[in-house]
This record gives sequence, C-alpha cells and structure tokens, in this order.
Amino acid sequence: MNKKKKASLLSFFNSPKTAPYVFVAPFILFFLVCYVYPFIKTIIMSTQQIFGFNDVEYIGFNNYRRLLNPHFFNALKTTSSYTFWTIMVLIPLPIILAVFLNNPATKGKNFFKSALFMPALTSVIVAGIFFRYSFGEQPTTLVNTLVGFFGMKPRVWLQERGPAMLALVVLCTWRWLGVNIIYFLSGLQAIPQEIYEAAAIDGANAWNRFFRITLPSLKPVIIYVVTISIHGGYSMFAESFAFWQTHTPGDIGMTIVSYLYQMGFNDFNMGFAAAIGITLLFIVMLINLIQLAFMGFFKKEGN
Amino acid sequence: MRKVILSLLVTLLLTSMVLPGFAAGPTTLTFWTFQELHKTFMDDAVETWNKNNPKQQIQLKTEVYPFDQMHNKLLISLQSGVGAPDLADIEISKFANYLKGRNPQLVPLNKIIEPIMDKLIKARFDNYAKDGKYYGIDYHVGATVMFYNKEYLDQAGVNVDQIITWDDYVEAGKKVVAATGKPMTTVEVTEHWTFYPMLSQYGTDIFKPNGDVILDNADNTKVLTFIKDMIYKHEIAVPAPGGFHHAEEYWAFMNQGGAASLMMPLWFMGRFVQYMPDLKGNIIIRPLPVWKPGGDRSAGMGGTGTVVTKQTKHQDLAVRFLEAAKISREGAIKTWTLLGFDPLRWDVWDAPEMREDNMYTDYFGKDIFTMLLEIKDEINPTVITDKYPLAIDLLKKNVCFKALRELSQTPEEALKEAAKELRQ
Repeated sequence: MNKKKKASLLSFFNSPKTAPYVFVAPFILFFLVCYVYPFIKTIIMSTQQIFGFNDVEYIGFNNYRRLLNPHFFNALKTTSSYTFWTIMVLIPLPIILAVFLNNPATKGKNFFKSALFMPALTSVIVAGIFFRYSFGEQPTTLVNTLVGFFGMKPRVWLQERGPAMLALVVLCTWRWLGVNIIYFLSGLQAIPQEIYEAAAIDGANAWNRFFRITLPSLKPVIIYVVTISIHGGYSMFAESFAFWQTHTPGDIGMTIVSYLYQMGFNDFNMGFAAAIGITLLFIVMLINLIQLAFMGFFKKEGN
Repeated sequence: MRKVILSLLVTLLLTSMVLPGFAAGPTTLTFWTFQELHKTFMDDAVETWNKNNPKQQIQLKTEVYPFDQMHNKLLISLQSGVGAPDLADIEISKFANYLKGRNPQLVPLNKIIEPIMDKLIKARFDNYAKDGKYYGIDYHVGATVMFYNKEYLDQAGVNVDQIITWDDYVEAGKKVVAATGKPMTTVEVTEHWTFYPMLSQYGTDIFKPNGDVILDNADNTKVLTFIKDMIYKHEIAVPAPGGFHHAEEYWAFMNQGGAASLMMPLWFMGRFVQYMPDLKGNIIIRPLPVWKPGGDRSAGMGGTGTVVTKQTKHQDLAVRFLEAAKISREGAIKTWTLLGFDPLRWDVWDAPEMREDNMYTDYFGKDIFTMLLEIKDEINPTVITDKYPLAIDLLKKNVCFKALRELSQTPEEALKEAAKELRQ
C-alpha cells in the first residue's frame, strides 16, 4: 500500500507533463505573492484616500489629478536629468576602461578589476554617508580640498542644483562603474579574435578597429546596460536620501521615489504615494520601449 | 538507555526555554525612539520603577532608530496592525500623521493626565490631543532662548543684559562683527528652527486655531524679511553651515567658536554638552530679544510625545510606567537633571533638586532655572492641524531655503507659494 503510494507520487513528479510545473512552482508562487499581489494592491490603493487604520475611501482618479503639481514635475525633471547624466558617464567610461582591461598588455588586471568592482559591494547608505561628508561645505572636506588644488574656492555643494546633481552622479559612477565594466568585459571577450586579426592584416589601425569592430559587437551589451540604467536612474532614491534625508532644500535632489516616500511616510498619504508609484512604472516602461525601439531591439535579425 | 538520555536532554532543553517565562520575571516592554538621550532617560526611569514596584518589575527593551526610519516603521506597523512596540517616541512634526482617521492606533492617556492637569502646562499636551483625548506625553516645554558666547560679547564691549529688543540685538551684532570678525548668529536655511520660533514669539502662527492657513500674513512676512535682512542687509548673520543647527558641519563650526550667539530651544543645551564641548563655560543663556517693549521673550518649540500603542499587551502597565517616568514629580525632575529639559510640571520648577549641580550647570552656569521661571508665562501655544507635517516640510524645503539661502524668491513670494499649497 505504502509502496504503491510512493510509486504513484514518484511517477507524478517524474511525468514530463507535471515535472516542469513542479520546478517552476516556487518561482510562480514567489512571483504571485511578492509581485502580482502588491502590484494589484497598489493599483487599488492609488484610487483611495487612506485616512488611517481601517479607514479608507474610494476617490477615483483624484490622486492622479493631484500629480499635476510643480513638485512632481520638478521631481520628474531631476530624475530624468540624473538618468541622462548617469548614462552619459556610465556607458563610455566603462567601455574604455574595459577595453584597457581586456588588452593583453595591461599589467595588474586583477587588481584593477577588483578595485573598480569593490564599491558595488558597499551599501548605498554607507557610501552615501561617506560622500555626504566628502561633499561637506567646510574647506577641509575631501572634495573642497581636491578642488582647492585647482585653485577653486571651497563651495556649498549640496545646496545648489548643479553641484548637487554632480554629487549624485559622482556617487553613482563610483558605485556602478565596476559593474558596468564587468558587463562590457564579458561582451569584449565574446568578440572572436580572428576578426581583429583579419582587420589588422587589412591595415585597420587601433582607432578603426575600436569603432568598426568593438563598438558594433558590443551593441547588445550596450542595449542591456542602457535599459537597466534607465530603470535604475528613475528608481533612484537611496543616494538622495543619504545626502539630504527627506527634505532636499528647494527640491534640488528630490527624485520621483523621494517624492513618493515623502508623500507616503512624511504626509501619510499612502493613496497618493501609490499613484506616484504607478505613474513612475508607466513612465519608465514608456521610456524603455522608446529607447529599445530606437536602438533597434525589436528589428528582426537580417532586416 | 540512549533514548532515556535523549529524552532527558530534550526535557531539560524545553524547560530551560520555558522556565524564564514562569520565574515571575520582569515584564518586558518595548520602546522605540530616535534619540539616544531618551534611551538613557527611560533606562533610568525603569531603574526607579523597579525600586518602587518590586512586585511588578519591568524590563525595557529600547531600540534607537534613525529619525525617519523609526517614524516610518511605526506608521507602517500601526497601519498594518502588527509589529508595533509598547511605547514609542513620536516627534511633534510627525504626530499629526498618527492621529489621522477615525481610529488612532494609540492609547488615550487622559486617565493619568487629567488628575494633575492643574500642575501641567496644558498647551504642551494639546499638541498631542484629538477630540479631547490626549495621546502623547512630551519631554519638555521647549522654551526658546538665546545662547551667547560671552567671550565675543566681552571683546566687542557688549553688555548682554542691555540687549532688549531685536533692534538692540542687530546693533550689538554689528559691534561683535566689527570687533571679532565673527558673525553674531547663524540662521537655519534648510530647516525651520530660526523662522518658526521667531514667528511664534511675534505672536503669529502657521494656522489659526480653526485650521485656516495664515502663513502668508503680513506679520509672518515681516519676520522672514527681518531674518533675511540680518544676513544680507546688516550682515550680522550667516546661513548655518550645513544648512541647519543639527548638521555635523554646524557643530564643528560652532565648537570652534564660529558665531557669537545662537537662538534655539532650551533642549539644545544637550547638543552643546554632547557635540560642542570646547565652548564649556563660555556660553550664557538669556531670554530672546523682544519684538516690541513688553513683548514675549520666548517661544515653545519642538517636542516629542511618548505614546502607548494599541498593540501593547500590557496597556495598563505601560501607561502607569509612562506616568511614573515623565509626569510624576520624580520623573519631571529627572527630565531636568538627566536631559536638561524644562519639565512639563510647573510645580517642580522651584524644587530644591532644580538648583543642584549637574552637567548642564557645569557647562552653562547655575542660574538657568531662575531665568526660565522668569519667562514661563511668555510662551505662546502653537496650532497643530492635520496639515502640520506638510507645513513644516514646506518651511524647511521651500520657504526658508528659497527666501534665505537661494534667494530665488522674496520672503513674501515664498510664503504665498507655501500657503497656497497648504490651502489646497
């Protein structure tokens, strides 16, 4: 009896029809509980005014209508320019560094690789606090000392729009440079050496080899990195939080997620915060789709 | 045999896990705060409680979180119905969030407050009340005072007791700047601890008691313009390094004798003692200069209400402990001796303990309390509404920053813009 039961159970798990479902079940469950449920709940919340514990009222699209305010548009602008600058820095710079690291003539590769990758392992808050003090306004802080070497006067970095953005982008670069280098390195190593040899025989110089062979071959990696950078840029929060907590002076460093956090927790307006979240989702999706279409991701091979 | 040993071991293990629960041990209460000093205070209160109540011992498990993190965690655990502590500190600018809705998840404390109301400063309890129920107990009155650096005033030949009005203060400031090269004071530009006390002292407010927004009225505009003039016209003040008086940059700046005076509530004494040790013996405390002769010389600012959450399993004990810790006679005296706060109970203000030496009298001299008693009736209440968290946020981020630091708006424009948003 017992044996029979065991056997039927075994055959159930072994059958080619059910086995795949058994294997994916943990993921599906996780996905349903941790992604789909909160997502649906957020959509529902975004149409509610939440007053307090067990005290909720349906208000339709009012939360979305409230989004048309200067704070939100300012946050959208800040976030977009942050994303733009991080992509401007974090695509070319890691490509160049990866090319150097991939060059057989480079010495101490492993040291540079790990040194560049190390920052990615620190917590954003720890790194953020370090940078917060580096960008402090006393003449003795790290950044003010550095600019002092170039004859510049110490300045208040975190209370002006331009310098504040610079501080955010520098922090982001410091943290993510190594990760992007790894992506591009793996892309570089996938390029067959023969192509370079053939090009060399045809008389192509290093410059041409880089622009005609390396860059086009890296395109899939570049598309991937841009896509995750857009997502990462628009969901940026911790960096801004580490610099200013929740009250960035004059909203200079307030990103969309900071705004969401502020509305949700500072003002305890969870419904409105949910509406910001849903709007952010659609903005990021839209931008990603445009970018992918622009970069030819949806074109079929050979077209 | 082996089985016997094993089962014995298991039983031993189990009993050792269960036993402490039965040993009539202390009841564990959890307490969340964002201020290390409050932990010290509560730990002391537990010791006192355990001495006085040998039959009902308490063990207090305190968690000190960063400011925002603690308030968010508490808000979420109260909203979701699980995970909240028995007792928690809620800062005044965040308190309104916890009272939103029809059923606040906090325990009303009327039972311990009302019997002694005649001995308490009612205004400080109204800050944490809704519909006649009191939900929080503050630590202090928060009288705003002026901390002067005596050395600089002496160098400039300024007699501190002749600074009566704000105009006198500006004139004294000019002398100090000329004699020492140091600014007379610092102004908060990314927080509200300069503008808000001064407007409260002036007799105006952000809201009317009925909830109407009056942030952009002529009086408030005048106060903000005055602060701006101190920086840019009279050049006796500078924007606080770091933007506000709790920035690390600021403590470093002030500790090195950065400015000749500073206006903050009395509880800022704790920050002097903790973060600016080099100024010890050099700082004297005086009432604020007045706006007009006979005007108020202080403003009640800031505060943190300790609450009991509805999720506690020991409601009665938690409430009685809170009473003993903060508004009993001993507790009120301890808020002074341990924290350097002005106690909520008037009737202890002339107690002999208030005249004894402690680390604050060591730092600031002995007559602090005499001075405080002088100004106790010159503290205006502040109006707190549902929109208070947003209002404080706007003061920090927009009004003070744009009008005093960035100069992208005039005081009038900045106040108008913020008031418009509050009225929405």
